[in-house]
Amino acid sequence: MVKTLEKVDAVVVGSGWAGGVAAAELTKKGYSVVCLERGAAKGREDFIGSKDELKYDVRKMMFQELKKETLTVRNTLDEVASPNRSNDTNAINGTDTGGSGVHWNGMVYRWLPYDFEIRSKTIEQYGEDIIPKDMTMQDWGIKYDELEPYYDQFEKTMGVSGEPDPMRPGQRSDEYPTPPMKETDVIRTFTEAAERLGYHPYRIASANLSEAYTNPDGETINGCVYCAFCESFGCDFGAKSDPIATVLATAQRSDKFTLRNNAYAVRVVHEGGKATGIKFVDTQTGEEFIQPADIVVVSGFTFTNTRIMLLSEIGKPYNPTDGTGVIGKNLTTHQRNLTHTRVRGFFDEKKFNRYAGAGALGVTMDDFNIEQLDARETGFLHGFCLRTSQRGDRPIGNNHVPAGVPSWGREFKDKSIFYANRRIDVQQQNGALPWRENYMDLDPTYKDMFGDPLLRVTSRFHEQDRNIVRYAHQRAKELLEEMGADHITVPEITEETEFNKSSLSDHTGGGVIMGSDPETSAVNNYSQVWDMDNLFVVGASSFPHVGSSNPTATVGALAYRAAEGMLKVLEDGGGQLVQAAGQEAKV
Amino acid sequence: MADNNTNNPNEKNDVTDPSRRRFVKNTGFAVGGVAGGALLGGLFSNRSNKNNAGTTDSGKEPKKEKRYEEARIFFTRFADFAILSHAVETIFPEDDNGPGAIELGVPYFIDRQLAGPWGMNAGDYRQGSFANGNGSAADSILTRGEIFIIGLRKMEEESQKRFSKKFAEVEEEQHIEILKAFEAGEVKMNGISSDSFLGLLRSSTMEGAYSDPLYGGNRDMKGWKMKEFPGAVASYANMIEEKEFVKMDPVSLTDYQQK
Repeated sequence: MVKTLEKVDAVVVGSGWAGGVAAAELTKKGYSVVCLERGAAKGREDFIGSKDELKYDVRKMMFQELKKETLTVRNTLDEVASPNRSNDTNAINGTDTGGSGVHWNGMVYRWLPYDFEIRSKTIEQYGEDIIPKDMTMQDWGIKYDELEPYYDQFEKTMGVSGEPDPMRPGQRSDEYPTPPMKETDVIRTFTEAAERLGYHPYRIASANLSEAYTNPDGETINGCVYCAFCESFGCDFGAKSDPIATVLATAQRSDKFTLRNNAYAVRVVHEGGKATGIKFVDTQTGEEFIQPADIVVVSGFTFTNTRIMLLSEIGKPYNPTDGTGVIGKNLTTHQRNLTHTRVRGFFDEKKFNRYAGAGALGVTMDDFNIEQLDARETGFLHGFCLRTSQRGDRPIGNNHVPAGVPSWGREFKDKSIFYANRRIDVQQQNGALPWRENYMDLDPTYKDMFGDPLLRVTSRFHEQDRNIVRYAHQRAKELLEEMGADHITVPEITEETEFNKSSLSDHTGGGVIMGSDPETSAVNNYSQVWDMDNLFVVGASSFPHVGSSNPTATVGALAYRAAEGMLKVLEDGGGQLVQAAGQEAKV
Repeated sequence: MADNNTNNPNEKNDVTDPSRRRFVKNTGFAVGGVAGGALLGGLFSNRSNKNNAGTTDSGKEPKKEKRYEEARIFFTRFADFAILSHAVETIFPEDDNGPGAIELGVPYFIDRQLAGPWGMNAGDYRQGSFANGNGSAADSILTRGEIFIIGLRKMEEESQKRFSKKFAEVEEEQHIEILKAFEAGEVKMNGISSDSFLGLLRSSTMEGAYSDPLYGGNRDMKGWKMKEFPGAVASYANMIEEKEFVKMDPVSLTDYQQK
């Protein structure tokens, strides 16, 4: 029997950045909020003394156990999908209080003005013919200038440490709240080489903070000590901005906030075109509950948001054959086996303190980003940032050797030890564009622990996806040559390099995308669902494509804007916050 | 499942097995139910002597502290554990840099991992069908523990086929030949491809060599010392800007965590 709980103003699914921002903003205005988090209760005390590479980085203790729910993956419409069974293959989804926002590296990038109007700008620059027939690129229904204040707000919540991008004057309304982090020899080596080549390097903006900071809500984040355990870890020192240290702490100041852990949301309950609450399962008792609310906020990761919309039968499922429908469309990702491949430079005479570092300690440059490249010459649309970072190399993961050295045995052991601290990697992060048959729907066979269908991902690489990475690798190689690397290993990208179970990263977007037209998008630019005024679907699920850098800042900015929309609906009693566009270019 | 290695416990575990008897004789240890770990240690100091001639000619062995954790949890047959030990030492051999996988405790590390949740795939998605997997360990209908048993016995089978000798008795060159055949995917295995098994063996070896010593590998932090990795250091704030390499003594979680 499903038990109905007492109604609240808002029910929020997920306690990561998107849900945390919503919870903080609504409770600050005095509204009652219940936040449903499927994972366990976690706080700062769980991360103290957690410098254990095997437990966190290899066995992925902060990621969802796939025995409960996973994804199935296939390349093409006629294939049978197979489940991603183990975090050994691919760990994507965070869980527990704060979600993936707790174990992130902390890289903070804004996406580009071009990104939000990508279809219009591409047509303006090159004409429509340059867009491949099956590329479902579309505008976001919001411009950078409209989103800028929310980027600024999110950066101030986190206390981001950074310096402006010299290639983007006038795009920031304010300075970063704290100065850049310390400079290391790796960063100096990259910066000097890049400057000699005429590029414009600048420091990666970081949520590992250069100094202690108190945010506008009164939450304090400590200064980073460069202890090198960031990605996959919770911060040992409370020095990385995460939802626990910031937005959830703010929400918890209110007695109208309830964080309910072990609460697995399974459906948006709705009636007559209005969301009435969330149905969830208490995973400690097995009991089912409905949490009624005036507004419903679905703010899990891309996959959670898309699946709950499909399971709840809200919005028209996307049909990849004719391009109609919206839920599930425009799946894009920074693919681990393509975008996230690195060019590695090995130095015979130079040794760096690679064991020390922080998740977002690095240097980046925009000299090959979207406005700097000519797609007619390069053979691909969009662009990339090039960077190096010193996250702190841990020894199980750090066994890189120059090309031609075997991966085990005497030579491997000798070289992997010799080069452990004699390496600089250059990584690109490129824009990932949507294709008609890269999408999500419900799997016909495989089920989750409750018997509901798993989400199925269908995706393959196109030549454009490979070309942008090949081009970026060559620029990275030139940089490493300028740095004086003795051996440079460039990953081989061939026609056989294909999307697989390891491809999806935590930089995956789409499924419940944002736009100006209900025919081609699921939510408006307040993340409000078209035709269901009191339902907001917030997070990377709203990205029509993934830009050329890390996505968290954009998730946070869109969440602040969404929270503003939620307040309007709560205050004014509903209605669509944005008028739907009559016509947008259909694909 | 077709498996040429018999499941008859008498055949492998009987101390009258001739190869085991020779094994015992060569290493000079008394026959006994608890001699396994010691036997193996003896075998490998022989092998490393060949590669580093003259290092132990004094005849004096440094006094070793007794390690009560040197007993098997997962592996029931010593023969399987012996194959494992030779295989991981081949992947990560003792050399001038320092100890190999055996001295670092990698075989015992793997034994414990296989006895725990990871070896039993406790956190993994295990619903069928498994028919359309990709040949990887994660996609297999077998647990990781089962994969190790099957894979190690397959190594034994290959050794018998190629050299008419036990895997534990052939030289490093022959071990390399067999591991290369696995790596090339040339050995037919049930439930997993041989290259995936080799990959699993390799990654487990790295984990055992370099994880915090609390897991039973990386003994005395010797893996970290070789790699100049300082472990669980609270802060690098005072040296992160240094131009020169800074060598530090490593810190384990034993000393780092609150007690």
